[in-house]
Amino acid sequence: MRDRVTRSAVVIGAVGLVVIGLAGCTQSPPSDSASQSNLKIVERTPIDANGKEIKPPDVSAAVSPAGDGKATCPPLSIAMAGALTGPDAQLGINIRDGVQLAVDKHNAANPGCQIQLKTFDTEGDPQKATQVAPQIVDDASIVGLVGPGFSGETDATGNTFNQAGLVAATASATNVTLSQKGWRTFFRGLGNDGSQGVAVANYLKNTLSAKKVCVVDDSTAYGAGLGKVMRDTLGPVAQGNCNISVKKGDKDFSAAVTQVKTAAPDAIFYSGYYAEAAPFVQQLHDGGVTATFVSGDGTKDPEFVKQAGAASKDAILSCPCSPAPAAFADEYTKKFNQPPSTYSTEGYDLGTIFVTGIDSGATTRPQLLDFVRGYNGPGVGRQYQWTDTGELTNTLIWIYKVQ
Amino acid sequence: MIEDCLGHCALVAGDISFNVEGLRTGFWQLTIDGLSWGAIYALVAVGYTLVFGVLRLINFAHSEIFMLGMFGAYFTLDMVLGFAPSGNAYSKGIFLTVVYLSIAMIVAMLVSGTAAMGLELVAYRPLRRRNAKSLAFLITAIGMSFVLQEFVHFVLPQLVKGYGGSNAQQPIILVVPKTQFTVFGATVSNVTLVIVASACLFAALVDLTINRTKFGRGIRAVAQDPSTATLMGVSRERIIVLTFLIGGLLAGAAALLYTLKVPQGIIYSGGFLLGIKAFSAAVLGGIGNLRGALLGGLLLGVMENYGQAVFGTQWRDVVAFVLLVVVLLFRPTGILGESLGKARV
Repeated sequence: MRDRVTRSAVVIGAVGLVVIGLAGCTQSPPSDSASQSNLKIVERTPIDANGKEIKPPDVSAAVSPAGDGKATCPPLSIAMAGALTGPDAQLGINIRDGVQLAVDKHNAANPGCQIQLKTFDTEGDPQKATQVAPQIVDDASIVGLVGPGFSGETDATGNTFNQAGLVAATASATNVTLSQKGWRTFFRGLGNDGSQGVAVANYLKNTLSAKKVCVVDDSTAYGAGLGKVMRDTLGPVAQGNCNISVKKGDKDFSAAVTQVKTAAPDAIFYSGYYAEAAPFVQQLHDGGVTATFVSGDGTKDPEFVKQAGAASKDAILSCPCSPAPAAFADEYTKKFNQPPSTYSTEGYDLGTIFVTGIDSGATTRPQLLDFVRGYNGPGVGRQYQWTDTGELTNTLIWIYKVQ
Repeated sequence: MIEDCLGHCALVAGDISFNVEGLRTGFWQLTIDGLSWGAIYALVAVGYTLVFGVLRLINFAHSEIFMLGMFGAYFTLDMVLGFAPSGNAYSKGIFLTVVYLSIAMIVAMLVSGTAAMGLELVAYRPLRRRNAKSLAFLITAIGMSFVLQEFVHFVLPQLVKGYGGSNAQQPIILVVPKTQFTVFGATVSNVTLVIVASACLFAALVDLTINRTKFGRGIRAVAQDPSTATLMGVSRERIIVLTFLIGGLLAGAAALLYTLKVPQGIIYSGGFLLGIKAFSAAVLGGIGNLRGALLGGLLLGVMENYGQAVFGTQWRDVVAFVLLVVVLLFRPTGILGESLGKARV
């Protein structure tokens, strides 16, 4: 009996080899080189609402979190909430590190005012965020919050922070409706999907002269919202026969690829996150689709390039987030052993605004809320000044390219 | 999951389409793509169905056995065979690619097989010793599923640098999908070919093992009547371990095939949905019934692909489960009925 088992084990192994052998025979000679790719996401230009390329803003006068070094304050903390674990954790980590850098610079320069950063992990999940939000509100030492990170979780928790009067400035939630809920405590540190969608759609239409665009969204609050703005602005350029909705978590896009192939567009806009964008762009590439791959801020992450490899070459990524200026990038890289990435500058700028407020004597929740509402100053990303609803008065969309 | 679905449904309910034309024009392509998914479901489903047949236990941790297999294959390619992950395809020629993939598959099978046996020894055997209720087994299975997931999520990155954690592994691609030939206008790629051919082979092998070997007879005997089987000299414990081993080996093979299809899928949560689908496939075919699991897997893969053509890509998972409900309404024991021990197998 033992013999038989051994024999069958050997047979199974051998047959496995033969099968894979058969498959191998049908493989065509590979064309791609196996070398490590040096592809990177590189910033190209900011664009305006009409999709026209404009000059980058001057950020040399950015407010420093160090202040004058003489600030005094009671022991206080600011909070950061977002996805620190889970599939989209990198975006949350970028924000946290940005805020951390601002707080550390402030604390090092101001021995009389030590501010603690408390981080709260929501995994980017609205349900988890609603469990985390009361912890933040109940911690009396917290006077301001950077976050939550994503639109869904911000939507789920906005009212909690509003009732507590705790200023909640998000560095990354871009869903348009968030500023229309009447929350007095909501501030957005970057342009929303409306401004992003309109600008990118016009950029595709006017600057890249695309005649046919397929818009594919991932059915999340973010993806569906951005996708809708894209379709509305593109108008007839967005092809009805390849308006596709996929699902976050999908890894197989064969049906979508077939549909895109049939439509033969000039460009494909994927409205979703990098975890799905990477296999999607790869499968489009393998399927022989050569149309320009365009995506939004959810995809603008080094992981996208890492996962998709050569298939991501020449992909165009838009983002309301600003690239990091050189000096800031150096400091950040030295501290965290990785270069700043999407939303790092926004996290840093929002952290800077909070500590500047605390330094100026806004040491309670209502005081800091008032400070932020009246704030007007340059950061490393852009000028920060908010409207009554918590939108920036001057938004800026950046175009990036994988090259 | 349900929450996810409800939120999702509310959001896109306006987008549900009914595109029969799409199904008609793409019929053969959808069938072929569906078969390759179905083949993977089928291999994983065997693990659920065999364990259920022998123990009356739904081994929810089986999806994590599959996930460990993916990591095993990845580890082999990366550490043992020295492929640096780059997201780009390697070109090693046909023969070497075959050898490398075979090695990766064997290791994946061994990893999954060992993990499945380990799971049995660590989690289920102690419960059996104490005559625990079946509910305790079920909860343990769900618990072990989380333990294994979170192990890869949080502990593995501490042990092996660059492994596990929140992001998917950077892919190592050995085979680029290339169209080999067309059937009725549908393209068949080398990846599809490998998946379907290997799956058929493994299915035939496991069928032979269960029906023709002494071990298989043991498994069927235990499934049919454990106490009589023991009286007849069958070692129940050994048969149980063997059942887990077979399920694990097939899950490992499926894991490698899956990574050929989705190189970006190697992540701690990567087995979850696939495991649920495979479990549904097992129920669809008649849980406890080996051929039922194979048939159910293929059917589920093909039907959900038709479904997504008709109702839209985002409805794929919904279609799969609606199909399951409909079949169970008319045939509560699944298509082929629940019987590992009885004549049907």
